[in-house]
Amino acid sequence: MSNARPEGSGQRTRRRLRSHWAGAPLLAAVAAAKAGAARAEGFLAPAGPVAMAQNVHFWQVTWISMIVVLPVLVGVPLLAWHYRYGNARARYMPNWDFSHALEWVMWLVPAAIVVVLGVLLWQGAHSLDPYRPIASDKAPLKVQVVGLDWKWLFIYPDYHIATVGEMAFPQDRPVQMELTTDTVMQSFLVPALAGQIYAMPGMVTKLNLAADRVGHFDGMNTQYSGDGFDDQHFTAVAMSKDDFDAWLKEVQAKGVALNPMAYARLATSSTPAEVRATFGNPAMPPSVTYFNDVPTDLFGGIVMRYHNGHPMTPADQPGTAAYNTKYSG
Amino acid sequence: MTTDFWRIVFGRLDLGALDFLTAFRDPTLNEIILSGAAWAVILGGLAAVAVLSRYRLWGPLWRNYLVSVDHKRIGIMYIVLAGIMLVRGVLEGVVMRGQQADGLGGGFLSANHYAQLFSTHGTIMIFFMAMPFLTGLINIVVPLQIGARDVSFPMLNSASLGLTVAGAALVMISLVVGAFSTGGWTAYPPYTDSLFQPGPGPDYWLWSVLLAGVGTTMTGINFVVTILRERAPGMTLMKMPMFTWTALCTAILMVFALPPVTVSTAMLLLDRYAGFHFFTNALGGNMMNYANLFWLFGHPEVYILILPAFGVYSEIVATYSGKRLYGYGSLVVATMSIAVLSFTVWLHHFFTMGQDADMNAAFGIATMLIGVPTGVKVYDWMATMYRGRVRMTVPMVYLVSFMVLFVLGGLSGIILANPSIDFQVHNTLFLVAHFHNMLIPGLLFGMLAGYTYWFPKLFGFRLNDRWGYISAWSWVAGFVLVFFPMYVVGLMGMTRRTVAYTNPAYQPWMILSAVGGVFVTVALASLFVQLYVSIRDRAFTRDIGGDPWDARTLEWATPSPVPAYNFAVIPHVHAREAFAVAKEAGLGYQAPPAYADIHLPGDTWMGVILAVFGTAFGFGMIWYMWWLAALSFAVMAVAFIGRALRGDRAGVIIPAAQVAAEHRAWLAAVGRLAPVTREHEQDGINHGVAAPETREVAA
Repeated sequence: MSNARPEGSGQRTRRRLRSHWAGAPLLAAVAAAKAGAARAEGFLAPAGPVAMAQNVHFWQVTWISMIVVLPVLVGVPLLAWHYRYGNARARYMPNWDFSHALEWVMWLVPAAIVVVLGVLLWQGAHSLDPYRPIASDKAPLKVQVVGLDWKWLFIYPDYHIATVGEMAFPQDRPVQMELTTDTVMQSFLVPALAGQIYAMPGMVTKLNLAADRVGHFDGMNTQYSGDGFDDQHFTAVAMSKDDFDAWLKEVQAKGVALNPMAYARLATSSTPAEVRATFGNPAMPPSVTYFNDVPTDLFGGIVMRYHNGHPMTPADQPGTAAYNTKYSG
Repeated sequence: MTTDFWRIVFGRLDLGALDFLTAFRDPTLNEIILSGAAWAVILGGLAAVAVLSRYRLWGPLWRNYLVSVDHKRIGIMYIVLAGIMLVRGVLEGVVMRGQQADGLGGGFLSANHYAQLFSTHGTIMIFFMAMPFLTGLINIVVPLQIGARDVSFPMLNSASLGLTVAGAALVMISLVVGAFSTGGWTAYPPYTDSLFQPGPGPDYWLWSVLLAGVGTTMTGINFVVTILRERAPGMTLMKMPMFTWTALCTAILMVFALPPVTVSTAMLLLDRYAGFHFFTNALGGNMMNYANLFWLFGHPEVYILILPAFGVYSEIVATYSGKRLYGYGSLVVATMSIAVLSFTVWLHHFFTMGQDADMNAAFGIATMLIGVPTGVKVYDWMATMYRGRVRMTVPMVYLVSFMVLFVLGGLSGIILANPSIDFQVHNTLFLVAHFHNMLIPGLLFGMLAGYTYWFPKLFGFRLNDRWGYISAWSWVAGFVLVFFPMYVVGLMGMTRRTVAYTNPAYQPWMILSAVGGVFVTVALASLFVQLYVSIRDRAFTRDIGGDPWDARTLEWATPSPVPAYNFAVIPHVHAREAFAVAKEAGLGYQAPPAYADIHLPGDTWMGVILAVFGTAFGFGMIWYMWWLAALSFAVMAVAFIGRALRGDRAGVIIPAAQVAAEHRAWLAAVGRLAPVTREHEQDGINHGVAAPETREVAA
């Protein structure tokens, strides 16, 4: 999909008080009119090699399975109609309950299809393994992703910058991601580009993706994580190499420093729009916040916080009420 | 001093936890819905008390139901529980549909309220609607099908029901006092850890599931033993009716699959109450171990849910096609294969955890393998209809709709079994559509078909057909409208559990889905209208002979309603579909050479004690009212151990003369009734004796 999130979607308090049931019929009419114009979205309109392969695999599985699905869709209504009680012309064999030939067909046809689908599955699981680097003659761009309540923090370790609300990358280079969270478990997904992977505190998972055209793509957390979950979206922006270089300079120039104090505040529960309101300045795009001066191995430090042999107290654990009280300032 | 005293008495409970008061403090639509639900529970409870008192039903309710160990009465109580919880579950679903139809950047519910709705909806529908419904049907039907007087452990049966009721009661109490968990029906930590959710919500979920889970494990043990040990002479395993086979597999799955969730629940409780670190972020806790344990239960659980429905379908397809069940051996093998394979696929619930591709591929292929026996079952039912004489009764409407819709759910299941595709649609509404596609046409339609099918056996009159058809077709239309749009938006990338969204392309589909919610509401209401109309008009649908559908298995060889002792004389079984074979030979209604005294187990208070004190125990633990928890636990433990030591001292003996008199009177009534052909199956002249028309072989 290509529409970025509109500004202000994160202003939760305003939104919750609103109720427009009165406009429901009008809304339904407008929506129905739009229904005709519904576009393909997500991995149905793939913009990268992984999502494209997933799309192909999806349709392969669907069509092959039709061999066992269609006989039921067609056969059940036909049987129910033809052998209806009132149809005296239909043959009736009340004691017929077995046929060797039929048994072979019933067991072997689905089994054969599972063999075929199993081969496809095995190949797909390996070729589209999210940990598998994407083949390219260009070195991958490294991005480290930290899931926070309720936004993703994208760290570009080679450039000492970080962003919230937007993940930019050059369209001609694969992106190699490492993911963790500094709160509860989350799951990272950009449907138009690649599949999702869980992100968990104290653990690191990996994801590889790439775009084969420039564009804005919706990304999100898919694992429910609390009140602001539905606002945990961002825009993945695939851009030309020149644009990306310009973007890097812009972030480095306009960003705010992500020092430990800033990170502590960033980790409180907030939506991308709220982060922008706290840290941002007018030079940043709506709902997007740029950071620079990111400490070396901020990501590794976040992961290791959970391996120091001490229990987490509520005041130390981002995502808890006590932490929010302490650091919201 | 006084503050401390009240804290000991009420734990962490205070006035702010009383949901029915919140709308008065903050009258927004969100709070009004919240308080309205609380009032519905309170007023519903009061209305039930009033009706029972007004018509002086407390005595009969106590004697005939609450303390009864009769498997049929226990089954009815399970299904009543399922019916109450179905109402709440469906209405919650409809409110969620309304919210998402209105959810483009807003809506009328708060995120927290929405999260409570999807958490209670899932918990209720799985643990307190589906499980009691199928447990109720198994209770009612299995002893009758195998020619037994009761289950092997009647007191344990009552105890299981008591614990299930306690779990359900806690979920209902959460509507009135405090808030339920927002962690979904799976309650994944660390989100449900005390760090992130210190309130009572996850504790409500945990104690409900723990109590009900223990009850279900005991049910499983009871039915494995009952089916293996209590079959009538001559009924070998391969002569058992298909429903009994599926009940056996479900019971085995209950025995092996429930302990993992009881354990994971107990471990999470230790994390929350005692500072353990099984699933916490730090100190070596690992949340994915919870996911493993939960789904080690959770995936067999879906087959616990679906297998009894498969059994119902196998019974009704043969009966209403007027034909033997096709491929009995295949169906048995398929059922057993599903039961075994169900333990080998749990990892497909988290392909996205980051494990390697070999492991994902292995579990993916195991998942697809289950499609083979499941497909065989559908083909077997089709082959049963082939060259039959199919009557489109209400259960057959459910069956035919099920077969068509279920294979579409199977298709989406095969799609989800592919890790590479699952990475895209996991956690989206595509997944939500898939499992509802399996569980509504699969489980719910099956249960409703079984309810319609066996109702006359218990109550002696048939259910109203007109309202049955209205309900069945409304369920079908409602299901299709609610869930097929979810496939579309799921493929477009709309996540599950999202209270609102900003992509306008989703909204038309969500509005369509909400329209389906209207049909589902009509379907639910029609079920209750049907029950009312059926009771009102019961004189016209009286089932005296006990065989209103020209059915084939042993339970139909008894009077309707079935006497407490089930069979006047335990039958000798010589064939599958024993009653159909007997009727074919003209031996359907034989007086036995002699009658004997019948011993029946005595009443027990155990179910009531566990329901009441189990609820009190859970409530005490949830709100930190330690005295209440300790006291309730002591009462339960003493009662249970005491009863075990004391044994059943209230056993009942029904004298042979009484049995003979009742049985002869029934045989005489059968002799006086005119047998009806299937043409008049739904007419007023069908009093439960079938004419032998479907038993001749046509040219």
